Amino acid sequence: MKIHEYQAKQLLNRYGIPNPAGEIADSHRNAVQIAENLLSAYGKVLLKAQVHAGGRGKAGGIIFATTMDEAERGISRLLGKRLVNNQTGPEGKPINRILIVDGSGDYIQEIYLGILIDRQMECPVIMASAEGGMEIEHVAAVHPELIVREYIHPVAGLYPFQARRIASHLNLKGLQFQEMTEIVTGLYRLFMELDATQVEINPLALSSRGRLEALDAKINLDDWALYRHPDLAGMRDITQESPLEVQASKFGLNYIKLDGQIGCMVNGAGLAMATMDIIKLFGGAPANFLDVGGGASEENIAEAFKILLADADVKAVLVNIFGGIVRCDRVARGILGALQTVVLDRPLVVRLAGTNAAEGIQLLETSGMRLLTAQDMEDAARKVIGGLKGEQS
Amino acid sequence: MSILIGQETRLMIQGSTGREATFHAQKMIEYGTKIVCGVTPGKGGQIHMGIPVFDTAERAVRETGANASIIFVPRQHGADAIMEAADSGVNLVVCITEGIPTLDMMKLRPVLKEKSCRLIGPNCPGLISPGKCKIGIMPGSIHRPGTIGVISRSGTLTYEVVAQLSAIGLGQSTGIGIGGDPIPGTTFVDCLDLFQKDPETQAIVMIGEIGGQAEEKAAEFIAGHITKPVVSFIAGQTAPPGRRMGHAGAIISGGSGSATDKIAKLRGSGITVVENPAQIGSTLASLLT
Repeated sequence: MKIHEYQAKQLLNRYGIPNPAGEIADSHRNAVQIAENLLSAYGKVLLKAQVHAGGRGKAGGIIFATTMDEAERGISRLLGKRLVNNQTGPEGKPINRILIVDGSGDYIQEIYLGILIDRQMECPVIMASAEGGMEIEHVAAVHPELIVREYIHPVAGLYPFQARRIASHLNLKGLQFQEMTEIVTGLYRLFMELDATQVEINPLALSSRGRLEALDAKINLDDWALYRHPDLAGMRDITQESPLEVQASKFGLNYIKLDGQIGCMVNGAGLAMATMDIIKLFGGAPANFLDVGGGASEENIAEAFKILLADADVKAVLVNIFGGIVRCDRVARGILGALQTVVLDRPLVVRLAGTNAAEGIQLLETSGMRLLTAQDMEDAARKVIGGLKGEQS
Repeated sequence: MSILIGQETRLMIQGSTGREATFHAQKMIEYGTKIVCGVTPGKGGQIHMGIPVFDTAERAVRETGANASIIFVPRQHGADAIMEAADSGVNLVVCITEGIPTLDMMKLRPVLKEKSCRLIGPNCPGLISPGKCKIGIMPGSIHRPGTIGVISRSGTLTYEVVAQLSAIGLGQSTGIGIGGDPIPGTTFVDCLDLFQKDPETQAIVMIGEIGGQAEEKAAEFIAGHITKPVVSFIAGQTAPPGRRMGHAGAIISGGSGSATDKIAKLRGSGITVVENPAQIGSTLASLLT
């Protein structure tokens, strides 16, 4: 689960990681008030759009202001608008809140600090680089030697010398050396205690006053561990997710919107990806990833089918089910159930295999619905792309 | 012969009285798997489906001689159940449970290594040696005894591939679903090694997907250690970066783990990679003739 920067900031505070003074605003009035207070205290503020996307600066989502006039204009330009960049898709993400922070800092160095799980080593890895401010992937590609990695034993945990080693690699001295080891330790504790999957402070900036401050923070949390962190689970912001994805998640369906025209409904994540791949291989483009899961009920199948048809970008539908636990006759009933309430106005190709496939196909073929059944995945892909072309010509 | 399981397997079921466990236990018994005990804390002393239930795995193993376990407990208890199984002395643990927090898995890996206990999964369909033994939730009916080893991170995509193989007369020595989690108990490399050493296995199908570096590691291992033919498919060529595609481990992150990279690495190591998932079986057949 992704959380906003302002929420990440609250968590940094909980772990004693220094960051500039700031407050979150969710209304124009509220924002003006906060900007006034911070401007009178610091003389300069940053207005930061709170959206689940990186690259906000270049997309105009971060505005610098030194006067109330500038601040008010900035607030109007952000709050209630949508931020659009290559990470958000063409519809963008709504800016419902802005974080307003002290913008008076003068920084002489930017550091990158992040933690994630190294899947191959099966342990956390702390990564740091003296080249902060840019994406770590970029640094890794161009100057891999600038990144220091510290692997942490999964059970023994972080030892203080490892934090010192990171500070030393960054050539920090004296007070900053000490501060850095404390920040590394705090961030590691945050990562482990909150079941994070990724934390990133970029940049961690060294001010001319000699202090280290987290100027931006990204924290991703393990969805599967949220049951033991009810406070963190409450940080989910569904306004940042696609409405169809939110709807799907209510029914335990894994749905991800993509930009093609062929909607697909599949059981199992691997088969769902393979179905998307075969659509592409035969010249089409998938409109979504949709995994109805291993034990989908008739109701869930019906719901999944409605979600597919609710997407206006979907011009043809491919259903690919390999029945193991899921019985194909149930899938067929689910589809036919959904078609009682929604109109099937696009080509539909159904491929059923495995448990009770023959019964399922029989149900579909005798239903009187305008649909095609397919022998196998390849046949299904050819037929749905054929149907799409027929529709367009 | 087959790998990991066979007629000598005596199975324990953890979380044995639950609905899902009951359903699949029935299917496993019908397939011929010898289930000797169940574990559900608080229900020790009961008999469920004719199988004795114990409060602890330790007691279940001591009294019934179980040597393998399958786990169906709710995810909050997943890590605990795996540790309990490992501690009970069984040498194979198959965890079906999906949704165990990644940090829990990470912490128990060193313990499993210390105890020489092999974990398959979590979040997996289990494994099957057709005609002999099934520890898992896959449909037994699509499998045929034979000489092809199948390894996969997926469930239903594996069924698809197995059905393709069976339909053209290529039976399977053992089929293993290693699961879709970021930190699996058993990796492609582990399975490849076992299949290479298994005299009955003549060829291997490896079904990978986006995320992590397991396929890249497998490619290196195959180049250095595997003499049997290997055919591979990598799911997720159309998956967008940064999104988790159903499986917790299926995510392209930080520019790494894409299908393109994995396919290039596998091909670079001389492995046949199929692009059309409908032709995995037929491609393997053509390699074997």
